[in-house]
Amino acid sequence: MATRQTQSLARLMRAPAIILLLIWMIVPLAMTLYYSFLNYNLLNPANTSWARFFNYQYFYTDPAFWASIWNTLVLVLGVLSITVIGGIGIAMLIDKPIFGQGIVRILVISPFFVMPPVAALIWKNMIMHPSYGVFADLAKFLGMQPVDWFAQYPLFSIILIVAWQWLPFATLILLTALQSLDGEQMEAAEMDGAPAVQRFIHLTLPHMARAITVVILIQTIFLLGVYAEILVTTNGGPGNASTNLTFLIYRAARLNFDIGGAAAGGIIAVVLANIVAIFLMRAVGKNLD
Amino acid sequence: MGSITLKNVRKAFGEVEVIPGVDLEINDGEFVVFVGPSGCGKSTLLRLIAGLEDVTGGQIQIDGKDVTDAGPAKRGLAMVFQSYALYPHMSVRKNIAFPLKMAKMSEAEQEKRVSHAAKILNLDSYLDRKPGQLSGGQRQRVAIGRAIVREPSAFLFDEPLSNLDAALRVNMRVEISELHNNLKTTMIYVTHDQVEAMTMADKIVVLRAGNVEQVGSPMELYAKPRNRFVGGFIGSPNMNFLEGAAAAAHGAHAIGVRPEHWQLSTTEGAFPGKVGVAEHLGSDTFLHIQLNDGTPIIARAEGEFPVHHGDNIWLTPQDGRVYKFDKQGLAL
Repeated sequence: MATRQTQSLARLMRAPAIILLLIWMIVPLAMTLYYSFLNYNLLNPANTSWARFFNYQYFYTDPAFWASIWNTLVLVLGVLSITVIGGIGIAMLIDKPIFGQGIVRILVISPFFVMPPVAALIWKNMIMHPSYGVFADLAKFLGMQPVDWFAQYPLFSIILIVAWQWLPFATLILLTALQSLDGEQMEAAEMDGAPAVQRFIHLTLPHMARAITVVILIQTIFLLGVYAEILVTTNGGPGNASTNLTFLIYRAARLNFDIGGAAAGGIIAVVLANIVAIFLMRAVGKNLD
Repeated sequence: MGSITLKNVRKAFGEVEVIPGVDLEINDGEFVVFVGPSGCGKSTLLRLIAGLEDVTGGQIQIDGKDVTDAGPAKRGLAMVFQSYALYPHMSVRKNIAFPLKMAKMSEAEQEKRVSHAAKILNLDSYLDRKPGQLSGGQRQRVAIGRAIVREPSAFLFDEPLSNLDAALRVNMRVEISELHNNLKTTMIYVTHDQVEAMTMADKIVVLRAGNVEQVGSPMELYAKPRNRFVGGFIGSPNMNFLEGAAAAAHGAHAIGVRPEHWQLSTTEGAFPGKVGVAEHLGSDTFLHIQLNDGTPIIARAEGEFPVHHGDNIWLTPQDGRVYKFDKQGLAL
């Protein structure tokens, strides 16, 4: 009896929080859904009418749409592979006891504290700038033509910046996983005649599988919505070369003032994100039992 | 073949010298037990032999070959760890086959050896389980199986039974002894439990603070401890020590009498005392006695000995069962 009472009491107590969260989520979603069926342009807000599926059709047939989907995919996968592989590497390096370990670890983690627009601006003006960036200096020192990163490799440049920001997160999670690896297991493998590479493949990697899963899941959620880095560097260009889905929606809403079209794009993005989430959870969720 | 020779092996961690210099000869097929209190360096010595630690000085030979600088894999030894150190994401079968896979053995040969080991260790029905689904004793057997399949020249056990409950420990003790009789391979076994040492060993190495105190068969150590430490460490319950007038009467600084070597009487004897706690086990009675001069004594009487808390009792050491030690603790 007592348990049943506690249960219903518990349900009652958490209700306000859940209801608040629900409203927080449902209201914007419902409004977006509603707008996506309207002809609603901020340049002419008085002339608002029922559009049925026109906004969706318009957004879907926009030549930038498929390019943006592709860019989103490349961006997410590119950043994921750099951060996971790089994160494993750095985690393994700073896991070893070295002189000045504390400082090294803080330095490794610090990019995470820099907010995205600031990080992107630093990269744009101080590192990748074709005339006074560090990369340009390096190229000149080697006697090569400096690269105009944002003009020649816009998407790659953004991947680089975003990966730099997320590398500390991946490193941190993977480092904690690495630290929980049982030393005796490694020694046992050593006695069993497994060289370092085999120990990495058969022990370290499987041990980190769960942490890698967490890194991929969390990062994917955030990487689908990368926006600030694009805004302050390439502004989606040249052409649509670095426009992802989020940025395309932003363009529809804030540059074309087309609220209806942007809302339709938003709904499409939500649907796509959920599809990705379902597949991701299915594929990697097995590691999270 | 698996004879191992240590020549003046030393180990220091930074400034701290853990093993100041050990000479030891382990013959092929012997069951050698390193025993000693916590922190005496017995596990370190085992790890030096395994190659998991580098020696600071001295030489280690296996079958007459110098392996001091060889890696662990090159020494042809197998080790069973205290935590078993099974690979948690691999099935039992893959765990046992892992060293064979690393040695690039053919699948058929791997399968043959794994099933052979599984049969010896009664693991047949668990081969497809993960270590997490096994009990402590089964995990222990898997760890031993992983060691057996390599057919090493010697097995190293690092306190393998300390994580098991008392009943299982007795079983596994017998199983490991049985295994040694079947395989006839050299085994080095580290424990702090002198009962394990006494029951399993061909040869016991008693260590204290990194020094070898005595090497010998269990009965040798029991009958002729070289010093007071070995006398006190081997045997359960521990040897009783008496100093002062009682020892002087035997011409020694201290004398030791084992609990089982007292003659007990409720009327007369050499040392009067009072019974404290009496543990009646049926087969034996253990008496915690306080002598009149305050020395605590443990005595064992065979069968039932009807005394109670507070009773007067007299103790007399049996003839020829008194161990004499000088001021430095060496046996006289």
